[in-house]
Amino acid sequence: MDDLVTFFSFSDPNIRYVVFGSILLAASSAIVGCFTLLKKKALVGDAVAHSVLPGVCAAFLFTGTKNISFLICGAFFTGWMSLLLIDYIVAHSKIKKDTAIGLVLSVFFGAGIVLLTFIQQSGNSSQSGLDSFIFGKAAALVGTDLVTFGVIAIILLVIVSVFFKELTLVAFDENFAKSLGFPVKSLDMLLTTLTVLAVVTGITAVGVVLMAAMLITPGAAARYWTDNIRKMVIIAAIFGALSGILGAYISYVAPSMPTGPWMVVTSSFIAVISFFCAPKKGIFAKWVRNNVNKTTMRDENTLKAFYHLGERDEDFELPRSMATLADKQRIGEKQLKKSLISLCSKGLIKETEEKWILTKTGVQDAARIIKLHRLWELYLTNYMHIAPDHVHDDAETIEHIITPEIENELEHLLGYPSDDPHKQKIPRL
Amino acid sequence: MIAFWIILTGSLVAISCGLLGSFLILRKMSMIGDAISHAVLPGIVIAFLLSGNREPLSMLLGAGFFGLLSTFIIEYLHQKAKLQTDAAIGVTFTLLFAVGIILISVFTGKVDIDQDCVLYGEIAYVPIDLWILDDGTIMGPRPIYILSTVLVLIVLFITIGYKHLKIGTFDPAFATAIGIPTVLWHYLLMGAVSITTVASFESVGSILVVAFLIGPPATAYLLTDDLKKMLIITCILGVLISFFGYWLAYWLNASIAGCMTVLLGVFFTIVFIFAPNTGILAKKLKSNKNAISI
Repeated sequence: MDDLVTFFSFSDPNIRYVVFGSILLAASSAIVGCFTLLKKKALVGDAVAHSVLPGVCAAFLFTGTKNISFLICGAFFTGWMSLLLIDYIVAHSKIKKDTAIGLVLSVFFGAGIVLLTFIQQSGNSSQSGLDSFIFGKAAALVGTDLVTFGVIAIILLVIVSVFFKELTLVAFDENFAKSLGFPVKSLDMLLTTLTVLAVVTGITAVGVVLMAAMLITPGAAARYWTDNIRKMVIIAAIFGALSGILGAYISYVAPSMPTGPWMVVTSSFIAVISFFCAPKKGIFAKWVRNNVNKTTMRDENTLKAFYHLGERDEDFELPRSMATLADKQRIGEKQLKKSLISLCSKGLIKETEEKWILTKTGVQDAARIIKLHRLWELYLTNYMHIAPDHVHDDAETIEHIITPEIENELEHLLGYPSDDPHKQKIPRL
Repeated sequence: MIAFWIILTGSLVAISCGLLGSFLILRKMSMIGDAISHAVLPGIVIAFLLSGNREPLSMLLGAGFFGLLSTFIIEYLHQKAKLQTDAAIGVTFTLLFAVGIILISVFTGKVDIDQDCVLYGEIAYVPIDLWILDDGTIMGPRPIYILSTVLVLIVLFITIGYKHLKIGTFDPAFATAIGIPTVLWHYLLMGAVSITTVASFESVGSILVVAFLIGPPATAYLLTDDLKKMLIITCILGVLISFFGYWLAYWLNASIAGCMTVLLGVFFTIVFIFAPNTGILAKKLKSNKNAISI
C-alpha cells in the first residue's frame, strides 16, 4: 500500500521521469499506430524498429559518443530508409508487402549487428548502454532523455492533430483522397515519418522486438470499442498511457521486473479483454448475438409448423403433439422441446395434456411469419422473374429478417396480394 | 576445420529455412516465420526451467509447442475476432516475447539465456559445442547433428507433401474441393517452421533464421515462376550466402550471422536490379523499347 501511495504521489523525481516518459511514449506511439493499423501496414512498425539498429550504431561509430540526439538522428535516417525501401520493392517487383517487410527488417538488423561487433571491438568505454537503446530500459530514463522524448512526442501529437482529416482519408481510401486532389504521396511520407519518429522514441523504453506492440496493440484493442476514428485514436492513447503507467508501477514495486515487457503484457491484456468483451464486436457479444438469432429462427420455424398444420385442418387452435410438430420441420427432438418451452414462456403457445396449442397472439405471430415468407416468394417471382419452384429456400431465410418497414413496402409494391405463387393464401392480419 | 563446421551449419539452416520459407512467402505468410521465431522464447525458458539444462530435445518440444500455440492464437484472433492478420501477428508475438523476457528476469541466475542470444545467437560457438561419447570419442559439433536431422525431416515433409502443399498454396479453394485437408497441412507447415526455427536459432539466432526464411526464397522468386526451380535456387543461394558470408565475416572480423544477412541483402539487391525479365533494369529497357516503337 505504501508503494502505491509513494508511486502515485510522484514525489520521487525518478518515478516522475519514468512514469511521464512511459506515458508520453506509449500514448504517442499508440496514436500513430492507429493510422498504420487502418492502412493494413501494422507490421511496418516492426520493420522500422529493427532497422534503426544500423543507424544507431553508425551514429555512435562516427561521433564516438552516446549523445542521444546523434543516436536519434541515425536511427531516424535508417528507419525512414527501410520504409521507403519496403514501398519501393513492393511497387517495382512481384514481391508482396509482408515478404518485403521481413526481408528489409532482417537485412537492416543484420547490418546493425555487423556494426555492433565493430563497436564492441573498438573498446570505446562509453559503448555500454548502447544495448539499452536496443533492448529497452524505461527505468533508466533520466531527465535529459525525458526532455528529448517529450519534445518529440509533442511534435507527433501536434502533427497528428493538424493533419487529422488528411491522415484519416489516406488511411481509409487512398484512391478517393487522390481523386479529391490531396497530395497522397506527401501524406504517405508524413505518416512514414511519424511512424519512424514514434519508433525511434519508443524503442529506448521497450526495445526492438516489443516496439511493434506499442504501435499495434492499443490501436487493435481500440478498434473493438468504436467505429469512429476520433474516438478510436483517443481510446488507443488512453490504453497506451494506461499500459505505460502500469508497466512503470510494476517495475517500481518489483525492481527486478523490466518495464518494457510489462507495458506490453498489460497492453496485450487490455487488448485480449477488448477482443472478448467489447460490446458489439467482441467475441462474446458475437456469440450471444449468434445464439439469439439461432433461437429466434428455431422458434419462428416451430410457429410456422403450427400454422401449416392449422391450415391443413382449417383450425389454428387444435392441440398438436410433439411427433406431429417434428414431422413438419427438420429439427431434433431436444431442440423442438427447447423451442416449445421458450414459446410457452413467451405466451405464444400453451400446454395441455402433453400437447400444445397456439394462443391468440401465437396465431398472430405465426401468421405474420407465413405472410412474410409468401410475400417474399411473390416478390421473387414477380419482380426477379425467378421460377416459383426456386423461391422457397430464399424466403425460408429472409422471413426471419424482414422488418415491418420492408413488410409494408413489399405489400405496397405487390398491391396487397391475396395469394402467393403456389396459390396459397397470404394471411391478412 | 572451424570454417567448414560454421559454413556447414549455415548451409543446413539456410536450406531447411529456405525450403519452408518458399511456401511461406507464396502463401503471403512471411511474417508468421518472424512471429514464430520470437514467440518461442517462453517455450525455451520454460523447457529450460523444467529440465534444468540445455537438452536439445526438451527445448525443441517447449519451443515447438509455443510456436504452434502462437499460430493458433493468430488464426483464432483472425477468424473469431475478425482482427486483421498483420495486427493479429503483431499482438501475438510481442506478447509471447514479453512473457519470455519477464520469465527470464524472474528466474535470473537460474536461466542461462538472455535476449541477446535469442536475437543474435552465436554461430561462432558451433565448432566448440562438441558431442563427446562416453568413451571419449569426439563425434563433431552437436548442432550439426541436430540441424542435419531437422533438414532430413523437412526434406521428407516436403517430398511427401509436395503436391498437397503446392495446390494448397496456389489454390486453397480447389485444394479443399478435391479433398486435401488444407487446415491440417497449414498446421503441419507451421509446426515444421517452429521446429526449424528452434533448432536453428540456438546456433544462429532468430534474426538469421528470419533472414534465411524470407531472403533466399524472395530472391529465387524474382528469378523464376516454377516452384521446383524456386526451391532449388533457394538451396543454392543459401549455401552461397553461408560460404561467402563466413569469409566476409572472417575478413571484416565481424559477426558471422550479421555478415550472412548483409550478404543476403546484397544478393537480393543484385537480383532485384539485374534479373532478366523481372529486374528493374530489364523493365526499364523494355519500357524504353516500347516507347521508341510507339
